[in-house]
Amino acid sequence: MDTKDLDARNYTELLKGYVKTRDERALYGAEQISKTFIKNNILPEEIVNLHIQALLEIYPELHDKIQSSMNFLLEAMISYGLAHQEYQILREKQFEIKSEIHVAARMQKMLLQSNIPKLEDIDLGIISVPANQMNGDYHHVVKGKDGSISIAIADIIGKGIPAALSMSMIKYALDSFPENIMSTDAILASLNRVVERNIDPSMFITMFYAQYKPDTGKFYYSSAGHEPGFFYHSKENSFTEIEAKGLVLGVNPDTTYLQYEQEIVKGDMIILLTDGVTECRKGEQFIEREEVLEVIRTFMHLPAQEIVNQVYRYFERLQNFQLRDDFTLAILKKVV
Amino acid sequence: MDSKSCVRIMKEWDIVAARQMGREIAKNLGFGTVDQARITTAISELARNIYLYAEEGRIYFEAVESLELKGIRVTAEDTGPGIKDLSLVMEDGYSTSGGLGAGLPGVRRLMDEFDIESEVGKGTKIVTVKWVR
Repeated sequence: MDTKDLDARNYTELLKGYVKTRDERALYGAEQISKTFIKNNILPEEIVNLHIQALLEIYPELHDKIQSSMNFLLEAMISYGLAHQEYQILREKQFEIKSEIHVAARMQKMLLQSNIPKLEDIDLGIISVPANQMNGDYHHVVKGKDGSISIAIADIIGKGIPAALSMSMIKYALDSFPENIMSTDAILASLNRVVERNIDPSMFITMFYAQYKPDTGKFYYSSAGHEPGFFYHSKENSFTEIEAKGLVLGVNPDTTYLQYEQEIVKGDMIILLTDGVTECRKGEQFIEREEVLEVIRTFMHLPAQEIVNQVYRYFERLQNFQLRDDFTLAILKKVV
Repeated sequence: MDSKSCVRIMKEWDIVAARQMGREIAKNLGFGTVDQARITTAISELARNIYLYAEEGRIYFEAVESLELKGIRVTAEDTGPGIKDLSLVMEDGYSTSGGLGAGLPGVRRLMDEFDIESEVGKGTKIVTVKWVR
């Protein structure tokens, strides 16, 4: 007996048993057998047919009007069977697409991996977690020969694959600049021209570009419409917002940017982020920017990488482990 | 039974006539209840397509035999506008998304063999076969 005949046998027996006893056990059996049907791709019209055959076996004298009504039901099931098959196919297709995106996400991760350099006087920690598989946030860290460090944080407006594609463009553009010679405003201006030429007008990119130079002890920065980060001043034990003006990348090829500077001393911190951090949600409400600072304050005594990890964990949990936007947070701590 | 029977499709009730003739032939060829219902649903779908998009066409039925198998061949032929992108209409989820029914992928699934030819401005011919199991 093949499995189909076996299922038919079982079905008939269960039905017989149920009609006689109205027993819950037989109904449990029905639940089990319907799972086998689903597993073996038995379509609804076949189940109705099975039922008709079982009825005829149990009641050979079955009223022919009942039998006709069952045939009517069978006919009504055909389209459900088709819809079910289509659903199966679409599910397989969806699975294929998912695994393709998975591969793309892995490639993106490899492409964008930038090793966090070790520095004498700066302790640097970065975390970047995509909301979906592909990340629309970007960060880039380069250590200069003179011991300087450059860090870029960008947010590509729009999520998913299109954002990820434009990100590789930014990476190659940044790689091609002689970064440690150029000032932060010049870098944003060049990048703006690249972006303006190469991306769809409906997309734009915000970026914060910063350099720390140990010989001056100063932190230089420029912003292209990016979510402002924070300074932590150890002397006053207070946070202030990093103010920097500038148009988002890709709007106008002639946009120019300003370079700002800030002296930093031992114990100071620079906090750079994307709006995925400040726009975390508690239920339906956005958190306050101050709340991010409170959380950072809680973990401030830890090494920089530990701080960003803990802050991420805190907000991940706050949002029930479902990020709504890509989350990128970088902390630079002056340790000497 | 004639080896070739035909129903012209011009108005909605002709769909019922095509169903009826197809079911009768399928029954006589020895198809079981489930397959009769499937063949009939496929005929319905083909006839509906003619009624809705081509205005005029016909469905014909033939008994076919191979070495070991008996079956029914259902052919739908119309002189309608034709189909420009066959791959698109054969794509799952394309026609059903608008709630139009099983669509051509459904017909292909209900039957064992399926072939379609279409020329824009001239018409469409769909040939399907179902074998008795």
